Amino acid sequence: MRHVISMLVENEPGVLSRVSALFSGRGFNIESLNVAESLDPTISRMTLITSGNEQIIEQIIKQLNKLVNVVKVMDLTGSDFVDREMILVRVRAEATSRAEVLRILEIFRGRVVDVSPKSYTLEITGDEKKIQAMVELLTPFGILEIVRTGKVAIMRAKKDSSHPGKVQEQKSES
Amino acid sequence: MKKTGAEIVFESLKLEGVDTVFGLPGGAVLTLYHAMGKYSEEIRHILVRHEQGAVHAADGYARSSGKVGVCIVTSGPGGTNTVTGLATACMDSVPLVVFTGQVPTMLIGNDAFQEADITGITRPCTKHNYLVKDVNDLPMIIKQAFHLARTGRPGPILVDLPKDVIAASTDFNYPSKLKMRSYNPTYHGHPGQIKRAAKLIAGAKKPLIYAGGGVILSNGSKELTTLAQKLSIPVTTTLMGLGCFPGTHPLSLGMLGMHGTFHANMAVTHCDVLIAIGARFDDRVTGKIESFSPHSKKIHIDIDPTSISKNVPVDIPIVGDARNILKTLLKYLEEEAGHDWGRKHADWNNQITGWKNNTAPQDTSCGPCIKPQYVIEKINEITQGDAIITTEVGQNQMWTAQAFKFTRPRTLLTSGGLGTMGYGFPAAIGAQVAFPDKTVIDIAGDGSIQMNIQELATAVQYNLPVKVAILNNHCLGMVRQWQQLFYEQKYIQSVFDVVPDFVKLAEAYGALGLRATKPEEVERVIRQALSTPKPVLMDFLIDQNECVYPMVPAGAALTEMLLV
Repeated sequence: MRHVISMLVENEPGVLSRVSALFSGRGFNIESLNVAESLDPTISRMTLITSGNEQIIEQIIKQLNKLVNVVKVMDLTGSDFVDREMILVRVRAEATSRAEVLRILEIFRGRVVDVSPKSYTLEITGDEKKIQAMVELLTPFGILEIVRTGKVAIMRAKKDSSHPGKVQEQKSES
Repeated sequence: MKKTGAEIVFESLKLEGVDTVFGLPGGAVLTLYHAMGKYSEEIRHILVRHEQGAVHAADGYARSSGKVGVCIVTSGPGGTNTVTGLATACMDSVPLVVFTGQVPTMLIGNDAFQEADITGITRPCTKHNYLVKDVNDLPMIIKQAFHLARTGRPGPILVDLPKDVIAASTDFNYPSKLKMRSYNPTYHGHPGQIKRAAKLIAGAKKPLIYAGGGVILSNGSKELTTLAQKLSIPVTTTLMGLGCFPGTHPLSLGMLGMHGTFHANMAVTHCDVLIAIGARFDDRVTGKIESFSPHSKKIHIDIDPTSISKNVPVDIPIVGDARNILKTLLKYLEEEAGHDWGRKHADWNNQITGWKNNTAPQDTSCGPCIKPQYVIEKINEITQGDAIITTEVGQNQMWTAQAFKFTRPRTLLTSGGLGTMGYGFPAAIGAQVAFPDKTVIDIAGDGSIQMNIQELATAVQYNLPVKVAILNNHCLGMVRQWQQLFYEQKYIQSVFDVVPDFVKLAEAYGALGLRATKPEEVERVIRQALSTPKPVLMDFLIDQNECVYPMVPAGAALTEMLLV
């Protein structure tokens, strides 16, 4: 099963390589990985998509927690969260299809970020289903290039409390 | 007061209570060695002949004494030569701090002379590592390095020191406190979990303790022994756990696993509650996972959460320090009134004794050839078990684990996890440095002793009276054994056509060399070696066909043992 793991790490050189080396060294799989500074400039947020059975995911979370530079690890899967991905797509746009491409883009609330006589470059943000639907609709026009960010995710705020979500730490089981 | 980075290293070492370092100088650490001159009264430097020897020696020093072992090596090849030692220490949870030289900061990444990305290389085989980029960060990094090395699940830390950083100066203030928001090992087990464990143990009919190196690391041998004795629970240990429970105790079943005793493997297969303490269900212990201890509920006490349910699903995990948890567990069990534990577990212990008596004891008597087990038993007998034993890896290691009765923790130093040939001799040097008056013996094979033989010069230079017992079968014995049993008896590249004359070799280094070719010479050689106050190589010519038994073939169940 796919899991969205969100973690806070020390904003230091080498942290990304510790995380990625952990995955390659132990035979875990990274489907996508996204890193950027968090509100606290000494801490970065990593959003990581991985897959595996329960036992593998448990090991991944424990092993990540064991890394000295990792401050906190949360498995968002199973809790209420919002995730988004952005793509930049260069799609062929001939005289006959230009209007149709723009119409689809409008439905998906995307934007045109670059125009050339024969193509548009589009920016679309959404969850996985939306992105996939957009890509499928654009394919017949001819996709020239596509760049994806990988997912970022955030826990939904609870309506009745300020609980930030379930924090999966290894200690919880003992 | 202003100090250079090099001086800061030694000032910090002093404050961390370090009085011994192992190392070998080179271009990038000359500034460090220059500064060392000022500290020679307080910090003793043991000059090794190869950086791998430095790390293994520091490792032997750490395992035998419980202190942090420290090394200093140069950049590039100096650093890369430490990799095997770091991986060895990492697998066996040994606290080390290794300082490597590095090219000046501005040259990093330029493929400079003797440059290697040592923090990149050692990331997977250290607990953590640092590249120091600013002399102002140095005191805090050293403080953290020692803290990380010795706390939680201990392990090796590498600190990479660029040449300009150790030459630069700053005000020296060693931090008195340390807070790491991302590192908080758990020491006290969850009381609820410990209570559940106590209930499970109290209800068990056939409980078994499976103890590993974690018991030794947490200094929990006394607590373990008390628990086992009070409740009459039999104890089997891993290779790393040998010595945490007296091997001579009636409740001791010896080692379990691939080369474990018949009764230990039968007990682990038939027990109804398995209490794993500071052990990690390694493949050499479990054999085929599906048939490992199939009827038991499992309690697992370990300080490293990643060890829990990694290989074998566990019913009651308890994360924390083994010694603390054992104390609490014992307290809860003592509150369980009305148990006559001895009587309750009598049937179970009798069943185990039955298994024990049903196995023909290993024939260790010698024919015309010397039996390796006989050599080890003689060493055990003559030293009365009062020795620090190190081993290399292979048959010598397994024969030692089986034949020597370890009664105290930190008396067996062996590379259990990584299985590093060449570990034992430098580790013995480190142990001898830590305990100058103790008998330290490396039980070696002729293959592995050649992997760090150069450290004979170190032993001679510092007059460290380390003894090496080479069980010489002119081959890579364990490789040959596998070829005999599983590879159609085709001994491809495992037999040595040339083996050095170890007696002459010892003499060439200024040590003493002794040889026994017949069983009746063994005792004389051991006695002479032990009464010689300098390093001695003992060359015991043994039968090439001698194998380590019992043996569970790789991937088989623990009950599928080859006994002869």
